[in-house]
Amino acid sequence: MKKSSINKTSSNLPISRRSFLKVFGAAGATACASTVRPAEAQTKQPKEELMTVLDISKCIGCGECVAACKDSNAHKFPTVSKPIPKMFPPRVKVEDWSDKKDVDDRLTPYNWLYIQTAEVEHNNEEYEINIPRRCLHCTNPPCANLCPWGAARKEDSGIVRISEDICLGGAKCRTVCPWHIPQRQSGAGLYLNLLPRFAGNGTMLKCDRCYDKIAQGEQPACITVCPENVQRIGSRSKMIAYAKDLAASMNGFIYGLEENGGTNTIYVSPVPFEKLNKAIEKGKGKPHLAPVENSMAKEETLTSALIAAPIAGVAAGVLKVLSDARKEKNND
Amino acid sequence: MTNILRKLWVPVMTLMAITGMGQMPIFKRYYIADIPGLAWLGQPFTVHWVHYIGAAVLMFMIAWFTTLWLAKQRKLTASGKLRIILLALLIITGYVRVIKNLPDVHFSPTSTMLIDWTHLLFAILLGVAAIWSAQTGRKDYVIE
Repeated sequence: MKKSSINKTSSNLPISRRSFLKVFGAAGATACASTVRPAEAQTKQPKEELMTVLDISKCIGCGECVAACKDSNAHKFPTVSKPIPKMFPPRVKVEDWSDKKDVDDRLTPYNWLYIQTAEVEHNNEEYEINIPRRCLHCTNPPCANLCPWGAARKEDSGIVRISEDICLGGAKCRTVCPWHIPQRQSGAGLYLNLLPRFAGNGTMLKCDRCYDKIAQGEQPACITVCPENVQRIGSRSKMIAYAKDLAASMNGFIYGLEENGGTNTIYVSPVPFEKLNKAIEKGKGKPHLAPVENSMAKEETLTSALIAAPIAGVAAGVLKVLSDARKEKNND
Repeated sequence: MTNILRKLWVPVMTLMAITGMGQMPIFKRYYIADIPGLAWLGQPFTVHWVHYIGAAVLMFMIAWFTTLWLAKQRKLTASGKLRIILLALLIITGYVRVIKNLPDVHFSPTSTMLIDWTHLLFAILLGVAAIWSAQTGRKDYVIE
């Protein structure tokens, strides 16, 4: 097994804690009021998105981040009204995790981060790699783009959030997410006030990268608690440079930079991700590590058609008008 | 061509209404996607792409009819004016939605929600206005 190196110093951070606070602290005061006046707060946040880089060669799988995530975000967990309404039609299943809040070996509505472990051999060396898994915060998130209700959205900070107050729990965000990250808790959310049996099924929950801490100039709980400094957070450009340097230094591999058109979470590993993907347990609440094409690519192409179509329509219409006028003139 | 586009109007609007409704995950839930030939209605990305393609066809048709109307300046009926206003609002919110779906473009949470809700609202109102026009014999947009 390759031994993990431990680095607890902060001097080598691309963005030190002090400068992080300086940059984001000013925005934090206004951004923390985002629940009241979100549009105004958004305009005052830094322009460049925040990205996290995970050096998974360092992760020892201690689970501190998992526990810290749960503690730090406990106030965001839904209050479930029981009995949960029976769904109509019966093919729609109730998903109730309220009595399984302690489950921490997969993603659940109450566990937004968990650790996968992969034992792999690479270049004649045995590795045990631990991989903290949570939402990757895509740069163009399909969960936010395809949500028909405006509940999921991306913020200026690069954080992709689901508003638990207006989410109806249709779980489309989970379906279109390449990693099926968001998880559903039935018996909570707006649908209970609408048509609880016939439309909606709860509320979707996932990592929101501790947006409230970020707004106050703090770092996400999983980063600050980590004894191995596995994660770093900073502006996207700096983090990409850092990740590339890190990968080069370990002759390693990067995941997340290209996946789904780019994400704001990058994993750097000394082992190819193909091998890690084969070695990890996958399934419900347990995301894969396979390559992912840009799921919004077709929409980006079709946008050109939507711009060209009215122009073509006007051009064709003008030709028709001119043709009609010419025919009328000839008839006269 | 005008006659062909006129005949296409109702089918294209129907396709837009169906794929618009299909943005909500209801067709799979209510077994509609189980009907042979309609499985695509249960596939979120496919429904999304078809909605985009239908919107492009619709925009071509609207631009064609608008150009012809501007050339002839024929008087609009009251129901025509109502439906055109609703259609314009639907188009505006639709385009804003499309812009939002581009990389590096995102709006505030409130704006995001308002765009989605108003797009849905104008579609419902246009549907009601279209049914009312058809039921009361006010189908025409222009006074012949």
